[in-house]
Amino acid sequence: MTRDELREQVLQALAGVAPEADLGALRGNVALRDQLDLDSMDFLNFLVAVHQRTGVEIPEADYGKLATLDQLVAYLLRASAAG
Amino acid sequence: MPDFLMPSLGADMEQGTILEWRKRPGDRIERGEIVVLVDTDKAEIEVESFGAGWLDEVLVREGDTVPVGAAIARIRTGETERPAAAPVQKPIAPPPPPPPRAPVPAPPTAPRVAPPPARAVPPAGVRIHASPLARRLAADLGVDLAAVRGTGPEGAITREDVERGATQRAAAPPPAPSPAAPSPRAARADKQSAMRSAIAAAMERAHREIPQYYLATRVELSRPLAWLAEQNASRPLAERVLPVALFLKAVAKAAVEVPEVNGFWRDGAFVPGEGVHVGVVVSLRQGGILAPILHDVARSSLPTLFAEFRELVGRARAGKLRSSDVSGGTITVTNLGDQGVETVFGVIMPPQVALVGFGRITDQPFAEHGLLGVKPVVEVTLTADHRASDGHRGGRFLAAIARLLQEPESL
Repeated sequence: MTRDELREQVLQALAGVAPEADLGALRGNVALRDQLDLDSMDFLNFLVAVHQRTGVEIPEADYGKLATLDQLVAYLLRASAAG
Repeated sequence: MPDFLMPSLGADMEQGTILEWRKRPGDRIERGEIVVLVDTDKAEIEVESFGAGWLDEVLVREGDTVPVGAAIARIRTGETERPAAAPVQKPIAPPPPPPPRAPVPAPPTAPRVAPPPARAVPPAGVRIHASPLARRLAADLGVDLAAVRGTGPEGAITREDVERGATQRAAAPPPAPSPAAPSPRAARADKQSAMRSAIAAAMERAHREIPQYYLATRVELSRPLAWLAEQNASRPLAERVLPVALFLKAVAKAAVEVPEVNGFWRDGAFVPGEGVHVGVVVSLRQGGILAPILHDVARSSLPTLFAEFRELVGRARAGKLRSSDVSGGTITVTNLGDQGVETVFGVIMPPQVALVGFGRITDQPFAEHGLLGVKPVVEVTLTADHRASDGHRGGRFLAAIARLLQEPESL
């Protein structure tokens, strides 16, 4: 998947856990949990949806590197290229 | 011939509105099957049957509101075959068609004792058979009920039919809204106002009736978090367990050791809970809170407990709770760590006698065995009813939680 395709998959996964959010206004360099008021359960459900959409396995130890939309898309791009 | 009563679906519920009968007179009902959908002001709850039998008679029509404990249907129990002389299946009269005038919104603080007016106005001369829930959803989604094919009993339009109609209509431009139809935002505001009133009633009662005392302790979490990370490393993403599962299980096992915090204050005496059924405070994205119940937490394995918790939160946030999800809580846990809160001073959910709060897990200086280090620490608090327990026992309860968290493999 390209960067844009991965970004679209991430946004669709986000829409599943925060259906009321205006994802068009999302800032790529600000923590998703702060922008969308996600709790731990929301974030886990979000990552599960990202995994289902992209096939990328995300170890728990990497959660801390995935705070923003930009970080997550870059991570998925690297993982896709490596896999 | 026992009566099927309007259940108490939470300490703050005084009355309920029948939204949709899922069974009709003459239908077989198995234990655990959903019989009726009820609106409690805080949520729409699917009410399950606690026994098996046949639905003999419906006593309360869809759209009507009755107090908790009122008989809403008659159940015939005992037979496994349908009775030969089954009562005549009397169709339930649909609610009268709505008046062709604009409904007058109730003041936001007024208790709703009358059925909400149906907001979708059918064309003249066409009687639409739809449940109040379907009518309300149609108004919220802007779906014309006259264009929806009903698949419910006697061709009634159900919630699923309206949702299907909304999906099919999604590609088409929306119809011009009727001037009489309140906007979805207004409908949500009305619901939130009712929820706020229900929360206010329960919290007022807690502060009025319960002499509460508060205790707090800090728990160092290096060992349990390392153990959990090790366990999660071998689990697929969807089966990983969050630290909250450790907290819930430790609370439940500690409540077995100190039973004075697990139960109810009723009629001037403490009534111990049978089992530990933990209410978990769930915040809703649109505002407000619910406290659905995890049953028999002390007996569940951590992966099972967390899977149940995850499903329960999902049902609460999707508005799909069942009566067993909101009945029988013996103690409540609230976790505000995700909001950055370090210490929670909660309010008991009457008639329960204790609430346990968990704050954020933060790295803090922590001295142990004479050595100072930076460790992950959580502050655990107890709000307890002084009529049911004393600070000494409350302290033992918190100490038990702290000790149990240091033995995660035994949780």
